[in-house]
Amino acid sequence: MLGYFGRRLLYVVVTLWAISIAAFVIINLPPGDYVSTLIANAQAGGEGLTPAEIENLRLRYGLDDPIFLQYWRWITAILLHGDFGQSFAWNQPVATLIGERVALSAILSISSLLMVWAIAFPIGIYSAVKQYSWGDYGFSFLGFIGMAVPEFMLALVLMYIGFRYFGASVGGLFSPEFQDAAWNLGKVLDLMGHLWVPILVIGVSGTAGMIRVTRANLLDELYRPYVHTARAKGLPEWKLLLKYPVRMSLSPFFSTVGWLLPGLIGGETIVSVVMSLPTGGPLLLSGVMSQDMYLVGSFIMILSTLTVVGTVVSDLALAWWDPRIRKRYKRE
Amino acid sequence: MFLRRPTKEVGTLPQWRLMWRQFRRHRLAMAGAAILIPVYFVAIFAEFFAPMSSSTANTSMTYAPPQMVRYSGEHGLHVYGYTTERDATTYAQTYTEDPAKVVRVGLFVHGDEYRLLGLIPSDIHLIGPVTKGEPVFLLGSDGNGRDLLSRLIHGARVSLSIGLVGVAASFLLGMLIGGISGYFGGGVDNVVQRVIEFLMAIPTLPLWMALSAALPTDWGPLTRYFAITVLLSLIGWTGLARDVRGRFLSLREEDFVTAARLDGVGRLSIIFRHMIPSFASHIIASLSLAIPAMILGETSLSFLGLGLQAPAVSWGVLLEGAQNVRVVANAPWLLAPGVAVVIVVVAMNFFGDGLRDAADPYGSAGGARRRKPFWRRAGRRASATINMATER
Repeated sequence: MLGYFGRRLLYVVVTLWAISIAAFVIINLPPGDYVSTLIANAQAGGEGLTPAEIENLRLRYGLDDPIFLQYWRWITAILLHGDFGQSFAWNQPVATLIGERVALSAILSISSLLMVWAIAFPIGIYSAVKQYSWGDYGFSFLGFIGMAVPEFMLALVLMYIGFRYFGASVGGLFSPEFQDAAWNLGKVLDLMGHLWVPILVIGVSGTAGMIRVTRANLLDELYRPYVHTARAKGLPEWKLLLKYPVRMSLSPFFSTVGWLLPGLIGGETIVSVVMSLPTGGPLLLSGVMSQDMYLVGSFIMILSTLTVVGTVVSDLALAWWDPRIRKRYKRE
Repeated sequence: MFLRRPTKEVGTLPQWRLMWRQFRRHRLAMAGAAILIPVYFVAIFAEFFAPMSSSTANTSMTYAPPQMVRYSGEHGLHVYGYTTERDATTYAQTYTEDPAKVVRVGLFVHGDEYRLLGLIPSDIHLIGPVTKGEPVFLLGSDGNGRDLLSRLIHGARVSLSIGLVGVAASFLLGMLIGGISGYFGGGVDNVVQRVIEFLMAIPTLPLWMALSAALPTDWGPLTRYFAITVLLSLIGWTGLARDVRGRFLSLREEDFVTAARLDGVGRLSIIFRHMIPSFASHIIASLSLAIPAMILGETSLSFLGLGLQAPAVSWGVLLEGAQNVRVVANAPWLLAPGVAVVIVVVAMNFFGDGLRDAADPYGSAGGARRRKPFWRRAGRRASATINMATER
């Protein structure tokens, strides 16, 4: 098993190296670079940049160096100094920019995952045990709808309802009167009052998918001979259910644990854009738009690293939980 | 082991008839098809079904609310025109339907000129104002005074086809690469698998965002459309290639493949004549479930302003106009394209589920988990057991 995960880690390193190249190539794909965006913006604003200024800027950002040299500088800084480079547009280190947004992104993704688990798990079990009941059909129907509604649509509708019927500004994190206030109980309550909408929006499609998976997994287990055996031995129904088939069907929960990691910095881009939440997503979007290359490159790099690591963590958790999977790893 | 020849009296049905039988029993899938077929029909003949062209604008009628179609003996089909008032301080226009202003609406009326399917010149529209240019906004109008219903119908063409084209691209890539990987195995297989893992490791949305920002801005709408399609199919093909590879790996050991090989059938011929037909229907069916995902992807990208861009019309592009909650609060009908997306995606999920179910009448080969629709997973006998168990 150690050998298996040793090999996995090796693959992770190779994958990350490939991703670092891909990320760098992607940010250099668009024609032009940050300075040309700057020039265009300056011209649109009615002021031109002198050729000397342009030359200075290009020199400062090292944009005229060969691309592999730029890559080398970028990747060695990350590896040796943990320095993710400087954002052109914000004139701040990328690490600082992302760091500022980690807390909110983390709150959002952790609480929405908790919501998904808390809702999907009982409903999934109910739907499987009471298969073909009205409740089952109802939840299945809701699940299909939940998976079909684009997140931004749900966000817009909720914001519209809030705006129209409660007169509240649902977007953002704070009501205007708390925006610049110091932290106090009122501000915390205000934050809570705003946070539930994005959590709900982010959680809905995940919940719908999770209900389906839980139900399907449980149905696969529910009619196995070992369940009959346990029943024949006279185990009470609920105890039997929770102890054997439910335990076996829990694996999707462990395979979603790994999603938490990229969620910590990414936040949900689209929902964040619509609801103007200061998570990492909108930062990335604006960086993509203005060709802020180190910001985008490092952002993609960090996200991918967390995704890859998260997958490994999920697999470890699964192996810990499910002896069958552990055994398969041992064989490999 | 002995083989029994199928006798005449038993009767046989070709594969597609069996699939159709199975599919017909799946009520939700039939309901999905009943929604999708007319929707696609409307999309194909969009110019005829839409009251106006997608760019016809009535600039004095921005954000006009939807009108109700009425009928009376005197006027026939008609809608009420608007009286507009402009708020002196905010310059916002408010519309009220004015029963005194009757705008006659007719079926098969002459309106904007177009070429049906790009060929047949015509100016007949299914429904529209009898006098060309009168304000008829059955679903309201947008910020430029364009008829939302017309734009919704025109946008359906792009939104509904992008999934199909994307899936076709995924299909080609997935079949080819997955097939190579599964058939040759060994080192080739290893490399392909690593590449797939690598592609799956990159988070989708940032990748989409970065790549579509990389598209040159001077590309025309058509080029951009195909570029976005290719981007969308980037995620589609990896899963499919894995699926195909798994099938190849298990089929390679099957008796009929061995028999063909011993008969001296060529390698390509084995792949195309014997192996691919035995799992193609399953692949196509499972691909049909990728279409709704692509539609949602296009909608989200365009919504962020990274997908298709005006003057192209798609549901995502239309929804981009509804990005701001204040706009939505003023003109909630701008969310109509979103409702269309939801309906189509639900219908497609139902349809794909039924198709997948029908393509695999045996439900075997380790696919029971993925192929049967989830509400039919365990048989009827099993559900009787659990009922007994819970009643006890």
